[in-house]
Amino acid sequence: MAQTALAMPKASGWKLFFKTVIARAYPRIIGQQREKSWMFFDIFLPILGVAAYVFVYRAIGAPEEYIGFVVMGGAMTAFWLNVLWSMSSQLYWEKEQGNLALYIMAPNSMMAILLGMALGGMVATLLRAIVILVIGGWIFQVRFMVANFGLLTLVFFLTMTALYGLGMMSASLFLLLSREAWHLANLAQEPIYLISGFYFPVKNLGFWIALSASLIPLTLGLDAMRQLVFPSAAQFGFLDVRDEVIGLLVLCGIFLLGAHWLLNYMEKLAIREGRLTESRR
Amino acid sequence: MKTTRLLSSAPIFWRSFRLATWLGWQIESNWADPFLFAIYSLIKPLSSAAILVIMYSVITQADFESPIFPYIYLGNAFYMYVGHVMTGISWAVIDDREHYKTMKYIYTAPVHFPSYLLGRGVARFIIASISVFVTILFGVLFLKISIDIDQVNWSFFLLTLFTGVMMLALMGLTLAGVMLLLVHHMFGVGEAVAGALYLFSGAIFPLEVLPAYLRPIGFLMPITYWLELLRRLLVGKVASSFPTLQSFSNSELYLILVALTFLFAIISILVFRACEHRARELGLIDTVTNY
Repeated sequence: MAQTALAMPKASGWKLFFKTVIARAYPRIIGQQREKSWMFFDIFLPILGVAAYVFVYRAIGAPEEYIGFVVMGGAMTAFWLNVLWSMSSQLYWEKEQGNLALYIMAPNSMMAILLGMALGGMVATLLRAIVILVIGGWIFQVRFMVANFGLLTLVFFLTMTALYGLGMMSASLFLLLSREAWHLANLAQEPIYLISGFYFPVKNLGFWIALSASLIPLTLGLDAMRQLVFPSAAQFGFLDVRDEVIGLLVLCGIFLLGAHWLLNYMEKLAIREGRLTESRR
Repeated sequence: MKTTRLLSSAPIFWRSFRLATWLGWQIESNWADPFLFAIYSLIKPLSSAAILVIMYSVITQADFESPIFPYIYLGNAFYMYVGHVMTGISWAVIDDREHYKTMKYIYTAPVHFPSYLLGRGVARFIIASISVFVTILFGVLFLKISIDIDQVNWSFFLLTLFTGVMMLALMGLTLAGVMLLLVHHMFGVGEAVAGALYLFSGAIFPLEVLPAYLRPIGFLMPITYWLELLRRLLVGKVASSFPTLQSFSNSELYLILVALTFLFAIISILVFRACEHRARELGLIDTVTNY
């Protein structure tokens, strides 16, 4: 066994980096095929939430656009939940299960591990978001009319990059946490749904609150995507789509660089303070 | 004979319940200082209420005087008990078996297991009560929810609240029984049931808004009658504004609630016993599935 391992060609540098990314992304994508119940809950639960909010809008006589806003917001919750529970708090789970120390000991980059988690999570979650969008759109008869497909793809790509960059950054913060990680992730659900305008146009929160909420990439991303998918949504938009694209570009830079710096810093801090293997239950 | 045995076991039931309550509170609250814990307990419920408030005010230009607003707001506030109590009790199975790995010690100790699980839900009930109180207080102070304290029949209100919490606890016990047979990552079952009930029980919209073929599900759920009665007891005018349960008086609603609670009690005892027996047969009581 040891001989076989020694006989394998050693990867290093960028090759090792990419191999690590693929290796960490692999279980994220394949794992979903193996555990069908997760897929069911990840799709079923957001659809229930979406349906409840749709019926509230119907009960108070809201225009039909709002039904589309809710369906789209509901689909995007899948990404936020994935970032919270499978990115930010992932290192906490790894610590709980004893894998974190192995990650640190292995000769790979932690950044590559986080990137692999992000890519795998993004692909797996994209499928779920599409299913939520299709089922929600079909049940509630939502009419999607994409005005500019290229721009929509760009906004989505930038939103995902910034969002998973944020996830990678917060993962390093969560590295220091123990049981609090669970509670913090739990806490970051409804308040974020509120300030990011998952179920209503964020413009309604007022300029300054919406601007502050724009630190979360889904705020700008969701607002821009709504404007591009529903022709009448421009009047509900917070900023012009092109300004939102620039905002997302800035966020991508901040979060990816921040993740790299913070991960190095937190890893050293966690090693110095002996928190890599602690398990406070 | 059976009654005598039940009476002699009462101290064990009480002890199991009391100690589980204390343990549940320690688990829920000891990870943070009280101030942080209080904030944590309030931010989530107030945020979810705020989502509905903003949705409502955007569409109706903040017409908080309309009866639909207290209907939505109070329904959402009281629904917090469902998530906390029902899923809290079922979650205790996953928590003890997978996280703390203490299930087999608890199971083999001289405790009454169902009473223990019900006790674990009390801490969640306390947290939910704080959240519900603050949410309603916020509504009264800032959103024109008019509750005339002198007009409210408080004894009937507390009786209804207590009956409903008992009903939720029993539904939680049913779920806990099912959880005994499931692996740890099926914790989503509790949330799924709570989510489905949120949709079908008319918590935040009148049942008439649902498609006709889905409404019967709502009428079968005791939570529908519980929420309606709580709303009526706090804000009377809501009762006359929506036709769903208009033909029922408050006493009739309470009787329906009691009857359905009794039915769910029987179901929960039978389901829990069957699941527990099956879990023992399959050797699942102490099986850790944390892979």
